[in-house]
Amino acid sequence: MLGLKLYMAQRITALLMGPFVLGHIAVMIYAIQGGLSAAEILGRTQGSILWFLFYGLFVVAVSIHGAIGLRVIAHEWGKVTGSALDVLMWGMGLAFFALGARAVWAVTFAGVGG
Amino acid sequence: MPTGVLNVTIDRDGGAERFEVPAYDNQTVLDVVSWVQQHADPTLSYRFACRVGMCGSCAMMVNDVPRWTCRTHVSKVTDGADIHIGPLRNLPVIKDLAVDMDPFFDKWIAAEGVHHGALTRDDPIARVDAVSVGRVEANAGIECINCSVCYAACDTVTGNADYLGPAALQRAWTLLNDAKDEARQDILDAVSGSGGCHNCHSMGSCTAYCPNDLDPMSAIAGLKRETAKNFFRRGR
Repeated sequence: MLGLKLYMAQRITALLMGPFVLGHIAVMIYAIQGGLSAAEILGRTQGSILWFLFYGLFVVAVSIHGAIGLRVIAHEWGKVTGSALDVLMWGMGLAFFALGARAVWAVTFAGVGG
Repeated sequence: MPTGVLNVTIDRDGGAERFEVPAYDNQTVLDVVSWVQQHADPTLSYRFACRVGMCGSCAMMVNDVPRWTCRTHVSKVTDGADIHIGPLRNLPVIKDLAVDMDPFFDKWIAAEGVHHGALTRDDPIARVDAVSVGRVEANAGIECINCSVCYAACDTVTGNADYLGPAALQRAWTLLNDAKDEARQDILDAVSGSGGCHNCHSMGSCTAYCPNDLDPMSAIAGLKRETAKNFFRRGR
């Protein structure tokens, strides 16, 4: 159900997410000093390749990590097996990626220069 | 002289049955089961051989905990007089308290838990350094008696029927660390498949319930480490 490749994919994405989570929380704490507004957030992220890469990679890591985790839960608790398990994993992973990528695009390059 | 009466419930093919068994000092759970078979119902099926904790054949669920019954005193598992005995968890029941151990041993083989030697009887005996890191690691797991208590305790086996389980993976780990074993890559491949060591959630029931105080969870963690290193080394 979970071979070496999926295990490594989940562990490596976990390693990536560690610093991403810490960076995300650190910026949150920094950003809310003196109030928080959408304009302030967008002022930081819009047009920024750095923030695009930061949250873009974060979304990729979360999508892979979460989809593999759900695969395990679906098999052990939901008795999903075989190709249905692969369909579920890929479906959830792509859905997570679509949701996350849309949000990252919206706060970085959507509307910039337009 | 009996010191009282035990209320024993045994899970059988037809459902749970209750027996009143005379209690004695220093009575083991296997003594209780044997008393029932010899004095109350000769059709009760169960398995045992050595009675001294060496053969690994008498494991059963005792008050919902997997135990070697020949070395488990009644006083250890109950404060009162009630004991609930059932067949080992995670294995198909043949009859009453006897389970089919085939899946357990088939997985032992599937994990390459067999000796892979390269020498013949004509070669000199290979010298093994008794204090080398690998030998110490292997020694930690070789006293397994194949009782399947860890396999019955493992919730990952319950949820994932293909999972090789703690005993088979621990044997793979001991062989991986055995200087005389020549099939390192075969073992690593065998424990990296869809039912391999990477399915372990490190819940630790194997280590908590092993009657010989072995530590399969750490052995499996060792396999995870070695397969991960091998993954980067071989690029797959």
